[in-house]
Amino acid sequence: MTTHPPQVPPRDPAARDAHPSGPPVLDVRHLGVRYDDVRALDDVTVSLRAGSICGLIGVNGSGKSTLFKALMGLVVPQEGRVELFGDTTASARRAGLVAYMPQAEEVDWTFPVSVSDVVAMGVYGRLGAARRLRPADRAAVADSLDRVGLADLARRQIGQLSGGQRKRVFIARSIAQDARLLLLDEPFAGVDRSSERTMTALLTALRDEGRSVLVSTHDLAGVPAFCDEAVLLHRRVLAQGDPAAVLTQGNLARAFGAAPPDAVPAVPTAARIGDS
Amino acid sequence: MDVLAFFVEPLQYGFLTRALAVTVAAAVVAAVLSCWLILMGWSLMGDAVSHAVLPGVALAYIIGIPFSVGAFVFGVGAVALIGIVRSTTKLKADTVIGVVFTALFASGLAIVSATPSQIDLMHILFGNVLGVSAGDVLQVLVLGAVTLAVLLFKRRDLTLLAFDRTHAHVIGLNTRFLSALLLGLLALTVVVGLQAVGIILVVAMLITPGATAFLLSRSFDRMLLIAVVLTVAASVTGIYASYYLDISTGAAVVLCQALVFAVVYLVGRPDGLLWQVRRRRPGSRGRSLPEPQRSDPADRTAATPARVSDDPATSGA
Repeated sequence: MTTHPPQVPPRDPAARDAHPSGPPVLDVRHLGVRYDDVRALDDVTVSLRAGSICGLIGVNGSGKSTLFKALMGLVVPQEGRVELFGDTTASARRAGLVAYMPQAEEVDWTFPVSVSDVVAMGVYGRLGAARRLRPADRAAVADSLDRVGLADLARRQIGQLSGGQRKRVFIARSIAQDARLLLLDEPFAGVDRSSERTMTALLTALRDEGRSVLVSTHDLAGVPAFCDEAVLLHRRVLAQGDPAAVLTQGNLARAFGAAPPDAVPAVPTAARIGDS
Repeated sequence: MDVLAFFVEPLQYGFLTRALAVTVAAAVVAAVLSCWLILMGWSLMGDAVSHAVLPGVALAYIIGIPFSVGAFVFGVGAVALIGIVRSTTKLKADTVIGVVFTALFASGLAIVSATPSQIDLMHILFGNVLGVSAGDVLQVLVLGAVTLAVLLFKRRDLTLLAFDRTHAHVIGLNTRFLSALLLGLLALTVVVGLQAVGIILVVAMLITPGATAFLLSRSFDRMLLIAVVLTVAASVTGIYASYYLDISTGAAVVLCQALVFAVVYLVGRPDGLLWQVRRRRPGSRGRSLPEPQRSDPADRTAATPARVSDDPATSGA
């Protein structure tokens, strides 16, 4: 059994100070979403400040995807409201502030597009009606690819990449977009350890630039140790705040029924669980 | 007959030159559209729209307006109807499409059967490309050019829509408008294509070229190019085949497209069936599919003794 240091990730106070508190990046208040008779989200209140990484943790069906959809304006909530950057979700989208990384199974990997084609889709929002790339846009695409270490594979068809490389294509797309809020849906599913480290390093670097990252996961083994905060979701918000405070055994038991055994070592409170 | 005469002789007939122009123009527009259609997973929508225009064509003949107007109205109407029923029931898309287009097709048949003297049903269903007038040619060329221009102008948005609809929405594009645009262009393409090959076979023009090109492409621009080149080749070959073999023009064109698909499916890279068979038998070169046919029959028997004795047909012979 491997042991993970139960430590709060390193934070750079200077980076935080460089981005003084304006309106929160994400401000969800008393959000309620129902599909027909099924209540997907109930009285969810979450906020996220600029320059932080937040883990959104919950089992499948806990409402993580619905919350993402509400943030992207893909479902209309019956109750409450969602604000991004102090404005409506629609204006945040039009301003290109939000980026979304789909789950691997939502993507058609046989689609005839190259890695650089996909990254170029990140800049479409600021182009003219025909979406013709200007030299500056091509440079932005090349820089983004460089940054995620995929410059050599720019011309590859996307299906020819490994699982970790595929994820990095979409991170590069949000870098090219210059998004301020990144929504990542289960980014660590099907990704090996070394790719996961590469991605967390990238996300941490983006955080230090003042961008905000919301990462959803149902896999506690993948609970990102690099998160600045965590939200435990089970239709309602069970706990939120500092990851160490959120991921207590009691909270996890409420969210997961019982904490899955393979996940125990990754939890910051592992020592306490072992003692009991 | 020398080669030049083979190609030039049919062109002496004005009706055949017009047929060639109409077919190639329609085929190119349909081929370009088909690339997006198959990537969106909307092949069945092409099927639906082409069948659903029948009542529009019939009513247009009765009222005395251009058939393309009636066809376009009913094509768009079918799309709207499918969208409404889909969003207000729990039914899956293919079910709704099936219900709507068969209903519209049947009402078209009913209208035609009630007014038998005015309309030649066979021409609507299977095309009458040899009977097109100069005015028809102009109409096809203009509608085709407009459709093609819009498709190519918005090609990056449409590709994004097909690849990642959520991202398109998140960066502020109007995905509903783009979907509606693609469906409207589909209706226009059907109007263009039914002149050439008729309502039934226009479905093939809307699906096969894209499917063939998809097997050969790793980039979208290349897919467009391959679809257009192959469809032009198939259309021209089809017209000549129809002339020399005396078979239905629409059928000949569609058969040529299917033939191209079959060839690509069998030997095209990297999904070709033959290559898959070869790869599945590593280390047994003598048994790979193309080679035994060329090798000595005795060798083949020696190489696969178990198969020969197990095969009842062979042992009985």
